[in-house]
This record gives sequence, C-alpha cells and structure tokens, in this order.
Amino acid sequence: MLQITNLSNTVADKPILKGLSLTIQPGEIHAIMGPNGAGKSTLAYTLGGRPGYEVTGGTVTFQSNSVRPELVEGLSFSGDKREEKDGASTGSARTDVGAIDLLALDPHERAAAGLFLGFQYPVEIPGVSNLQFLRESLNSQRKARGEAPLSGGEFIKLAKEKAALLGMDMDMLKRPVNVGFSGGEKKRNEMVQMGILDPKLAILDETDSGLDIDALRIVGAGINAIMRKPDKAVLLITHYQRLLDYVKPDFVHVLAGGRIVKSGGPELALELEREGYAEVVAA
Amino acid sequence: MNALALPTRRDEAWRYSDLDALATAWPAAAPELIIVRAGDSAAHVLLQDAPDDAVAIRDYRVEIAAGGSCGFHVLNIGGKLGRVTISVTLGEGAHFALHGAIIGGCEQTLEIVTTVHHAAPGATSEQVVRSVLAGRATGNYLGKIAVARDAQKTDASQSVKAMLLDRTATANAKPELEIYADDVKCAHGATVGELDKSALFYMASRGLDPATAQTLLLRAFVAGVFDGIADDAKRERFEAAALAKLEALA
Ligand SMILES: Nc1ncnc2c1ncn2[C@@H]1O[C@H](COP(=O)(O)OP(=O)(O)OP(=O)(O)O)[C@@H](O)[C@H]1O
Ligand SMILES: [Mg+2]
Repeated sequence: MLQITNLSNTVADKPILKGLSLTIQPGEIHAIMGPNGAGKSTLAYTLGGRPGYEVTGGTVTFQSNSVRPELVEGLSFSGDKREEKDGASTGSARTDVGAIDLLALDPHERAAAGLFLGFQYPVEIPGVSNLQFLRESLNSQRKARGEAPLSGGEFIKLAKEKAALLGMDMDMLKRPVNVGFSGGEKKRNEMVQMGILDPKLAILDETDSGLDIDALRIVGAGINAIMRKPDKAVLLITHYQRLLDYVKPDFVHVLAGGRIVKSGGPELALELEREGYAEVVAA
Repeated sequence: MNALALPTRRDEAWRYSDLDALATAWPAAAPELIIVRAGDSAAHVLLQDAPDDAVAIRDYRVEIAAGGSCGFHVLNIGGKLGRVTISVTLGEGAHFALHGAIIGGCEQTLEIVTTVHHAAPGATSEQVVRSVLAGRATGNYLGKIAVARDAQKTDASQSVKAMLLDRTATANAKPELEIYADDVKCAHGATVGELDKSALFYMASRGLDPATAQTLLLRAFVAGVFDGIADDAKRERFEAAALAKLEALA
C-alpha cells in the first residue's frame, strides 16, 4: 500500500529525514515510536506534502486502491509534474494499476487518493464550521475521483453516524473547526473526520496524547472500526504502549535520527516502554 | 481652494488614491445627503460594484440629530477606482455604525474614507471594515474622528482588518483622531495579515482544493460584516456579491 524508499528531506534547510525506508501492506497496522525530535511528525507532514518539507531524495509509492483503479485516472495530476515523472507515455501511470508517485501530488490530491493525516496539533479555523469544512472536503475529494457529491442530507447522516461512533456530540460539529476544543476533543474530532473521509491509509500522529482514559478506549475502538479492514492500513505515531493495547500493531518501528533504526513485532513496544530508547538508538 | 481642482497626494484624504483614474471622472458629483431626525433610526446600504474599468465615486453626508441612529453597510468591490466617502455629524446621544467590506484584485484601488464628527455629548460611533486584496490591488481605509470640545462621553471605535493574498497587494489603514473633549473613549484596532498557512495545509490534507480552501477562509474573514442588514433579500444579495468576488480572486 505504501512504499517509502530512502526518503530524505530538509525543513528550513535542516536535514531531518535521512534515508528512511518503510513498507506497509494493505490490512496492516504499523506503529512508529521514537525520541522527541526524531522526525516522526516530519515524516507525517512530508507524506502529506506540507509546504516547506523539502524532499531531497528517495521515493514514495502509494498503492492507493487496487479495488478501484479508476481512482487514479480520475485524479487531477498537475500536468507538468506528471510529464517529468512519466515522460511522454500517458499509459505508464495506468500500467501499474493504482500505483501512484505520492510525492508528485499536491496535498489535496494525496487526500483524494486516500491518504489521511491525523495531526499531532490539529489546527483551529475560526469562522468555518466543522460540518461545512468536512462536507466541502469530502465533496472536493469525490469530485477529484469523479464521484457525485453527497447531498446535504446524505452528508449529515454520515456525519451523525461517525460522530456517534466516536462519542462526539453533534453540536461540536456545528462549531468552528477545533476552535475552543480541548486537547482531547481535538484528537477525537480528528477521528470523526477520518471516519467521514474514509481514507485508505491513515497516518495518525500522537492521536493518543491528550486523551483521557475513557476517550482513549473510544478512540482506539473508533480507529479499529474505521481502519481495521483488509484494504486499509494505519501508521500510528505514538509515545506510549497504552494506545497499542487497543489498536494492536502488526509491526513496531523505532525512528531515530531521521531513519528507522529498529523494527519488530508488538513486543518491541513493550520492550521500549521498559528499557527506553538508549539501547536501541545507540545500537 | 477651488472646489473643482483635482486633489493631489498632499491632500490627506487622497493620499493613497488613484489620481490618474480620478482625473477621468473629475469633478465628482455632489454628496448625497442623508438626514436622520431626532430619535429616528435609519439603515443605508451601498453595493459598489461598478464595472472593472469604471471610476465610481460615492460621497455621502449623514446628519444624525439627537438620539437618532444610522447603520450603514458598504460592500466596495467594483471599478478601477471605487471610493466611498462618508462624512457624519452626530447630535447628542446619536449613534452611527458603519460595516464595510472591500474586496479587490487586479489593479483596483478601493477606498472607504470616513469622517465622524462627534459634535455633541454622549454620541457613539462604531466602524468595522474588512478588506481582502489580491493582485496589485490597493485597499484604503481612512477614518477621522473629530470630537468637539463639549462632546463629553463620546464613545467611538474603529476595527480595521485587511488580508493580503499576494505580496503585490497593498492595504492602508489610517485612523486620525482630533479630540477636544477630555471624557472620551476612542478604541482603534488595525491589522494586516495573510491567510493562515497551517490552516491551508490542514484543509488541503482533508482534500479541499486550494481555491475552495481560500474562499472558505476569506468568507470567514468577512463574515459578520453584513449580519446587521435587517432585510433578508438585501443581506443575501450582499453576501452573494461578496462571495462571487472572493471566488473570482481564488
Ligand atoms: N520549521 C522548522 N525549522 C527548523 N527545525 C524544525 C522545523 N520543524 C521541525 N524542525 C526540527 O525537526 C526535528 C524533527 O521534528 P519532529 O516534529 O518531526 O519530531 P517528532 O519526532 O515528531 O518529535 P515529538 O515526539 O516531540 O513530536 C526537530 O529537531 C525539530 O526541531
Ligand atoms: Mg511529533
């Protein structure tokens, strides 16, 4: 589903990711742990295409959807970028069904291709209601994929269902995006958004931090309900084992110094919790 | 001074204007007079959406007698030069409120120039102006507040915010206070900003295309300016015109 090969980048001219490689298959849940400042959020932002996160090397291939290859054709590639990558042959993008050069897409095109970023610090947008924001976002994605927009009624039904799944009051969805939300409410709202947008691959950056004990359980169950599917995958960035008790990872990786320095099964998270990073990072 | 002489840059009220464009339409028509009698209340709206190459000069004199009030809503979006000047004189305990939006692109110069004379005690005035400027557009707000010697308990406020979509756009906000009374409250705030980049990325990460994201943020920025228009049909006309202009800038 996602193949990151030797990815390097700079942020404000400072190298952060230094040849990071990681492969995620459909149906898998991967956890990334690592010391503060290791580059975890940088990885998430770079995959999302945040301006200022300059890719200096490596490739990222996204198997956006093997089930719906029309998605790739429906995507609006910005022409010149695609020419650079594909040369003159328009057929080449289609030969590998659903495989996209993720880095060639603009951020909103990556979302339409099925990528979702759960932010470590969700952004407040005064004056724009959650519902309006999400409806416009979803329909913008659908348009890019050549799908019909959802009507107001259909959208509200979907929003209600996902809000209920995450135990969020519909009144909060009428409020401006994240404005005045508590830290935990913002994280819960990220998951409501994920439920509504129904991505293929979710990269969740410290979705657990700020959640109280009950919220953690609800959010964990929500992630499972939305993303635990054979054709979806999750990359969880976290500092703590507790989220992994609810969302059981298939693989755990340690990111340090801009690379994956160690990978293992779920037991690696327990080991890190006991021993800390010193040994892994030094090795 | 010859009333028909073309203003110059040295003229404070014309300092940031487009005098070349003005020359083609000079002399401007005499001001429109709005008189609000004692205790009455009045509402005025102006949707200045002249064609692209036009010069539109709209000049008002508003006289509000004791205890009267007047609300003025302005949407200034049209013309090569679009200039709205309002000169207000407030009687005792009178109230004036201006809610204005300037939305410009290309080479437009759009201005709102006000003078509010607090001529008698206890009058209040409130001015809220939001500007969105793209391309090489210039948006100006010049607001003078003059408080007469015996106009105690005057309460005047100005809130001016501008949003620049391009480095080549310009916003000028110039308050001017001329106060001869001592028991007076004058609040003034002016900011110039750009679209929040982290909000734009957050929106893009949800799949919103850049033009829609920009329009949503700008709508939120000018939202509220026209809330006070009591007539639903009029309010909707202003909101629709503002939205269409914002969409044209995206
Ligand atoms: N705009 C910037 N300018 C300079 N350095 C930056 C910038 N943004 C991030 N960095 C640096 O990049 C490094 C990686 O930051 P990042 O946010 O990816 O870390 P992280 O692994 O997510 O840490 P945490 O666990 O604290 O969330 C840090 O050293 C940080 O200071
Ligand atoms: Mg981080």
